[in-house]
Amino acid sequence: MWDYTDKVMEHFRHPRNVGAIANADATGQVGSLVCGDALKLTLKINKETEVIEDAKFETFGCASAIASSSVLTEMIKGKTLQEAAKITNQDIANELGSLPAEKMHCSVMGMEALEAAIQSYRQGGKPVVYEQQAEKIVCHCFNVSEEAIIKAIRANHLKTVEEVTFYTKAGGGCGRCKGEIQKILDKVNSCAVPEAPKTENKKFADLTIVERIKRIEKVLEDDVRPQLNIDGGSVELVDISGNIVKVRLLGMCSGCMAAPVTLKNFVEKTLREKLDPSLTVEQA
Amino acid sequence: MKIIYLDNNATTQVAPAVAEAIKPYFSEKYGNASSMYPLAAEAKKAMDIARAEVADLIGAAHADEVIFTSCATESDNTAIFSAVRSFPQKKHIITSAVEHPAVLHPFSYLESQGYKVDYIGVDSQGRFNMEQYKKALTDDTALVSVMWVNSETGTIFPVPEIAALAKERGALFHTDGVQAIGKMPIDVKNTSIDMLSLSGHKFHAPKGVGALYVRRGTRFTEFMMGGHQEKGRRGGTENIPYIVGLGTAAVLAKTRLSDGSLPRMAALRDKLQNGLLASVADSRLNGDPENRVPNTVNISFGFVEGEAILMHLNEYGICASSGSACTSGSLEPSHVLRAMGVDFKFAHGSVRFSLSDQTTEAEVDKVLEVMPGIIENLRQISPFSRLD
Repeated sequence: MWDYTDKVMEHFRHPRNVGAIANADATGQVGSLVCGDALKLTLKINKETEVIEDAKFETFGCASAIASSSVLTEMIKGKTLQEAAKITNQDIANELGSLPAEKMHCSVMGMEALEAAIQSYRQGGKPVVYEQQAEKIVCHCFNVSEEAIIKAIRANHLKTVEEVTFYTKAGGGCGRCKGEIQKILDKVNSCAVPEAPKTENKKFADLTIVERIKRIEKVLEDDVRPQLNIDGGSVELVDISGNIVKVRLLGMCSGCMAAPVTLKNFVEKTLREKLDPSLTVEQA
Repeated sequence: MKIIYLDNNATTQVAPAVAEAIKPYFSEKYGNASSMYPLAAEAKKAMDIARAEVADLIGAAHADEVIFTSCATESDNTAIFSAVRSFPQKKHIITSAVEHPAVLHPFSYLESQGYKVDYIGVDSQGRFNMEQYKKALTDDTALVSVMWVNSETGTIFPVPEIAALAKERGALFHTDGVQAIGKMPIDVKNTSIDMLSLSGHKFHAPKGVGALYVRRGTRFTEFMMGGHQEKGRRGGTENIPYIVGLGTAAVLAKTRLSDGSLPRMAALRDKLQNGLLASVADSRLNGDPENRVPNTVNISFGFVEGEAILMHLNEYGICASSGSACTSGSLEPSHVLRAMGVDFKFAHGSVRFSLSDQTTEAEVDKVLEVMPGIIENLRQISPFSRLD
């Protein structure tokens, strides 16, 4: 059961300003049936003063979605568009007392519908459906996003703006975004956005514990277990301490008379061959 | 305000006789069943009786096939991990797409550990896809775990048939029987079921006690490692009071299987179902209308959101539940309804009513009286109801 404030429940039970304004000056929509919540906000706006004279809503959603929409219409009525545009989702939640953390998206939906409605008014009243901010475009000439540039820098170890242009076309048109591309280069190459460290050539003993576990697991899975499975057994990794690898034999192997032999002559031998000759395998 | 409790698939009221039976085991007969004096013997005896009572309810051939646990989630985890640990050479497991999280999460964990998992789908009425299942079974299959009754829709799966096919291929078969217990006769000894999970609080025992049936001769590896309790199959001091409660609840449930309670419940459920479908436009039944336990009905109301319906029902003291995303804190509606391919405009507005033998006709009538108004009210607020 959600911890709804009395004010949420009051607005849910008795929502204000339900409906759609005929010949609205602004219509903002957000959400869909698929998402599970949706809000349509219509506004009547004084053309001289840009004061919101009336606001109505229709909402498909849970109690907090309905309450958020209802309280939003009360908050914006009488405000100018400029004032209304400053309302954040936190303001909506605060007006309701509070919302459960899992329900904050209901207040975000209110803010987004309002944003769309204001945009709708600016565009002559045509209904506007709120869309999530698309990925940030850096180069508008070629429509290249920041994400694509970062990806190219990482994959190809790019160092200069020119190289980025070669690889992505970004910066190759009007050239206005070159400064921004340089900033992205600096950020990526100064490891502000670190890349996964390369480990292939490191010695086994120098690897982090997680990497050692992963490599041992891989050898166990690829080279050891398939053999043990033939006899109805298996093995699991229990612990690693220095170069001692502790394992437990499972299934038919556990309690098998030949277990110590299997451990030394097969499991240990395989791990030494594949990973590091100094490894010792012990029964956990 | 008097509560109208129609959420018995979530939990049930502890039966007065159960509460009575438990009482002496808190402060009078508090012995540890493993100890060596009369106080302990008393506890041990009570537990043996409860074990026989639970075995009788599910038709187990031997009382020692019942292992007491803390809940069905523990039973499910025990069964699943036991099966894969007991057959370490097999790397394939099968379940259905509509299981309880207590089964789905261990399966997805095992999948992450390299197991190949087949999730058998259901049709639009929630019926198990037997053809897909037959094709999925292989000699490498360690375990098949398929629930007997779906908690959200009440749909009954043909578990004895599914179990027999698993046995033919040498796979262990486990069923989450939580929603079947007390709602239909069960006779495990005459099936190929190897393991069955049950939960006390779904049939009028307290929360915090469950059981796992393990057929004699089934390879087993314990989940809770500890003392020698439950013949070494489940470590941990036995929860004697709740185990006694589980036994008493099992006796009551067994009685209800044959005293006319089930048909009476089905009649009230049908009245609720037919009344709602008739009085609310754009409403439809979720689940198999034929093969369904007698206490459950799940209806979707188009263009409205389930949590909002429940909040309005609260005004009348009516307790039900919904498969809506908003009731769970996740952003997606019920995985069961989605597996059934229920359209989103219906999936968000599903409400499940689950009755007990205590449900009265007056309570059903109250729901029928208030529901059309609630839905109409919400549809007036909704931007979608007028779009179609």
